[in-house]
Amino acid sequence: MYSRTYKLLISLPPILWVALFLLLPYLLMFLHSFWTVRDGVILHHWNFENYATLFKNPLYVQVLLRTVRIAAGVTLLSVLLGYPLAYFLSFHAGPRKEFLYQLVIVPLWVSYLVRGYAWKTILGSDGVLNGALQYLHITQGPVSALLYSPFAVVLMLTHIYTPFVFLPIYASLEHIPRTLIEASQDLGASPRKTFVRVILPLSLPGLLAGATFAFVLSLGDFLAPLLVGGSSGTMIANLVQSLFGAAYDWPLGAAISVFILIITLALLALTQRVEKRWSFE
Amino acid sequence: MSATSTTSMRHSPLLAAYAALVFAFIYLPIVVLVVYSFNRDGVGGFPPRHFTFEWYRQLFADSAIWDSVLNSLIVAAGAVALSLTLGLLAALALDRADFPGKSFFRRLVLLPLILPGIITGLSLLLFAVRISLDLSLITIFLGHGTALISVATTELFAGLQKIDRRQEEASLDLGATPWRTFWLVTLPNLKLSLIAAALLIFTLSMDEIAVTFFLYGREYTLPLEIWGRLRRGITPEINAISTLILVVSIILITVWYHLRTRSERS
Repeated sequence: MYSRTYKLLISLPPILWVALFLLLPYLLMFLHSFWTVRDGVILHHWNFENYATLFKNPLYVQVLLRTVRIAAGVTLLSVLLGYPLAYFLSFHAGPRKEFLYQLVIVPLWVSYLVRGYAWKTILGSDGVLNGALQYLHITQGPVSALLYSPFAVVLMLTHIYTPFVFLPIYASLEHIPRTLIEASQDLGASPRKTFVRVILPLSLPGLLAGATFAFVLSLGDFLAPLLVGGSSGTMIANLVQSLFGAAYDWPLGAAISVFILIITLALLALTQRVEKRWSFE
Repeated sequence: MSATSTTSMRHSPLLAAYAALVFAFIYLPIVVLVVYSFNRDGVGGFPPRHFTFEWYRQLFADSAIWDSVLNSLIVAAGAVALSLTLGLLAALALDRADFPGKSFFRRLVLLPLILPGIITGLSLLLFAVRISLDLSLITIFLGHGTALISVATTELFAGLQKIDRRQEEASLDLGATPWRTFWLVTLPNLKLSLIAAALLIFTLSMDEIAVTFFLYGREYTLPLEIWGRLRRGITPEINAISTLILVVSIILITVWYHLRTRSERS
């Protein structure tokens, strides 16, 4: 029913814009990763040196492993907090369900920076938590190990990604036909068995989507380490940031970026495939 | 739909307590932030003792902050206009046109939403350097506007799926031009989705820092200004501005949520 001109008019502008301002920049990043820098000048000498450096330099490998550990920790904790919350809302919240749901999604859109800053004021050596611990005579002096540690990074990112993980899990729990659960109960399955055999498998696609999201976004985070991580909480994206800044090695920084990008896309493709296979219907 | 299901599930106080703890974890930092914005003795220390508006007074007299707020408003308004226009076209194209590479286009548009901000930010930086574009509010605007096409497209595509296609058909059959049909039928039908998407994009742009971090020149946006101050140390003034940001974003998001549920019902 739509004419050729109409179709051309609606598709051409976004395609051109996205090609110019999105595809081209990402391609430039990709190209840079094969170039090299000498005496502060970027040379178009095509090579794989940058990628080799990432895996040969022990510092980079160490930071990379730490990043994976932190991202895995954030993912695990977000699921441990988000799943029971989603389960409670979906099955036990009764008439307060809608209100509680809104209560979860509001912080989702509350400034990343504001929430990071809040943790900084809580965990600092003269922060709120230390103040409270001393006030209650649990500790004598301030505990300085709270802030500027990988722990602080995990805590802050878990706080940010728990609502993100909650959302897809909640959506998948809401989509489970209640008749299936009743059938399981009528046939004599215990609540535990109903959960393990019916609810959990049917909510796995949502769980997987949320977990992937938390993992991927934590993997590429550079602000949380700067804010609360200190030098012991440095992550891979911080290396990228310093390579593009003071260290001035854009090609190496680009190679690490491309590496993060590839891991991200690979994980997303993998989970999408698994989700399709597992999803109900 | 779940009226019967809740009755068949047994009440579980343990689970309710756990859910309450998770809520406490989510809200504790936010509450602390707000409470200490009114604490005379500043951030930290326990318990907060003397109530004051002093930090808000300082905040309102702080012209650097308000300059950055103005910059953020300009960038956000531009980003909303750009991403909404292109996102609307992209949603229409995905809904009604077929072209080679369509699924690639869909994935590409959504990429900034799922990639860590640093990658999109740095790619745009490389692009700006290559075409000799000086970093300024314009580069930030281009970055936000382009990255947020993803949000506009998703929201508006969802809106398009819900509207009644027969109204457009009727309009075209009765002899209205496609252009007229677009303005008189398609757009009014999408009104709620457009407003909801605009609010969401505005909020996200006002708060954006990961992409902005690599694209700013001399002028700061509000998150950059706050970031700069955090490096110099913590002051309760930041608690005060954070509290204000919090109030504004909660209002905007609540409005967005209600618009969205309304458009879902209609």
